[in-house]
Amino acid sequence: MLLVPCPNCGPRNSSDLHYVGEAQARPNPSEATPTEWREYLYMEDNPAGWLRENWYCRSGCRQFFTLERHTGSNEFRNPPMPGNKVGGKA
Amino acid sequence: MASKPPRYSAAGLLTKGARGQTWPRVWREVPLQKKYDVVIIGGGVHGLATAYYLATNHGITNVAVLDKAYLGSGGSGRNTAIVRSNYLTPEGVAFYDRSLTLYNSMAVDLNMNVMFSERGHLTLAHNDSALRTMHWRAEVNKLQDIDSSVIDPNEIKKLVPSLDTSNESRYPILGALYHPPGGIIRHDAVVWGYARGADHRGVEMHQKTEVLDILVEGGDGPDGKGPGGKVTGVRTSRGDISAPIVVNCTAGWATLISDMAGVKLPISTRPLQAAVTEPVKVFLPAVVVSGSLHVYVSQTDRGELVFGAAVDPYNNYNIRGSLDFTEGLAGHVLELMPGLSRMRLLRQWAGLCDMTPDYSPVMGFTPVEGFLCDVGWGTYGFKAGPVAGETMAECIATNSTPKLIEAFKLERFAAGNLVGEKGAAAVGH
Ligand SMILES: Cc1cc2nc3c(=O)[nH]c(=O)nc-3n(C[C@H](O)[C@H](O)[C@H](O)COP(=O)(O)OP(=O)(O)OC[C@H]3O[C@@H](n4cnc5c(N)ncnc54)[C@H](O)[C@@H]3O)c2cc1C
Ligand SMILES: [Zn+2]
Repeated sequence: MLLVPCPNCGPRNSSDLHYVGEAQARPNPSEATPTEWREYLYMEDNPAGWLRENWYCRSGCRQFFTLERHTGSNEFRNPPMPGNKVGGKA
Repeated sequence: MASKPPRYSAAGLLTKGARGQTWPRVWREVPLQKKYDVVIIGGGVHGLATAYYLATNHGITNVAVLDKAYLGSGGSGRNTAIVRSNYLTPEGVAFYDRSLTLYNSMAVDLNMNVMFSERGHLTLAHNDSALRTMHWRAEVNKLQDIDSSVIDPNEIKKLVPSLDTSNESRYPILGALYHPPGGIIRHDAVVWGYARGADHRGVEMHQKTEVLDILVEGGDGPDGKGPGGKVTGVRTSRGDISAPIVVNCTAGWATLISDMAGVKLPISTRPLQAAVTEPVKVFLPAVVVSGSLHVYVSQTDRGELVFGAAVDPYNNYNIRGSLDFTEGLAGHVLELMPGLSRMRLLRQWAGLCDMTPDYSPVMGFTPVEGFLCDVGWGTYGFKAGPVAGETMAECIATNSTPKLIEAFKLERFAAGNLVGEKGAAAVGH
């Protein structure tokens, strides 16, 4: 099983977490047009390589965090920033 | 219309063998040209069917299908071959129903035994909300003349005696959506049949020919790519090819190709795993799917049980598969059929799936002129091969979007007009 390095709990089985998707900045709700919202909701980078992505530590510390994973080798790099609340799509 | 590809004949094989003559290859291997009217990237069922219908229905034969590996090396040679049309949206139902019609006459049209077995398809409901979705689907289906209805546990037991339909199981079966025309097919034969049919009409298939870049001029993005641009050809591992029309039929690799043209797609790549057991005497007459238990089962004519489930939980281009998947799968199968607990798994494998937010495909024109897409086939695109090929060929030949795929345009995401098929396609492919 993929071990995800949670900044608070340490390495955890990926089944303990929820994969959120590419780490994107959320548009400002009071200014974004519907088209911008939909772009944010539906369009994601899908590289075969390094991807900055968000995870939610569902069965552990219940925090969101961002890290970088290689979508071919499944290695992680750049230790994630603890407590970096990113929110995002379910 | 040009003749069909020739029939296979045992007498011909024996005569040729006895006389020491050659038995022709299924498709020719010819030198790669510098220029084609249409270049299709991806030699899976979608690319090959598009080429076949371009040549057969529209007389467009100066066409090359390019694949970086071999024909059928992607999802088209890895799927669990379930074919059905009992979808949830009217657009989806009409579309997949046309594919079923084409599958029904395929063996004759292509002179190839595709072993289509319409054995019936059952989607089990283990809770009220699932049962409600089954009723919803049945009603949508009936309105479009699809043979589809909700049946109770007694009827299920009659159709598939090996299922545990008692109240004793952990997740008792409350009912099922029954779709008699659904079934399974031999996916390799479909791929080879389209390749042979396209070859017969002059289309070229080039294996081990990887597309490295899409050549675009006049676009808004860097290097003249992106919206407003116009396609001029492709760069491949075997040199540049010029073509006014380039079609992306690369499923799990779809965004890598569309990125080369500067076109953004709402697609993420996930592996889907499957497994097969040792063969046993045939006992399972229908395809059985359980969304709540995340599993589906069918039995091949050789007696092996084919198992599958939902896609892996995070984006990935790695098809190694995982033990936790296999373990979960086995557990779920045993919930349905406890009697299988001593059966051995023979093999496990995976393929890449191009998932869209609404479980519907992305088809037709893009903001780059001449660059078309037939992607977003997720875990359910094998059954769509024939109708997708037919409509994409029409789209290219007439330079307009056929009605059957109007709802699947790329623009629907910016407009917010999604075609939500999750209820009919998340586990039951
Ligand atoms: C385990 C599994 C089970 C499935 N079960 C079902 C099912 O029961 N029913 C169903 O309907 N669907 C099912 N599917 C989905 C189905 O297999 C796919 O949707 C379908 O095969 C996609 O076909 P395609 O022709 O679009 O793509 P593919 O068959 O994936 O072909 C894409 C091709 O593009 C080529 N390619 C990629 N990049 C390049 C490049 N740069 N240059 C040249 N060529 C390139 C690849 O080599 C590949 O051959 C399943 C999939 C999997 C993995
Ligand atoms: Zn944690």
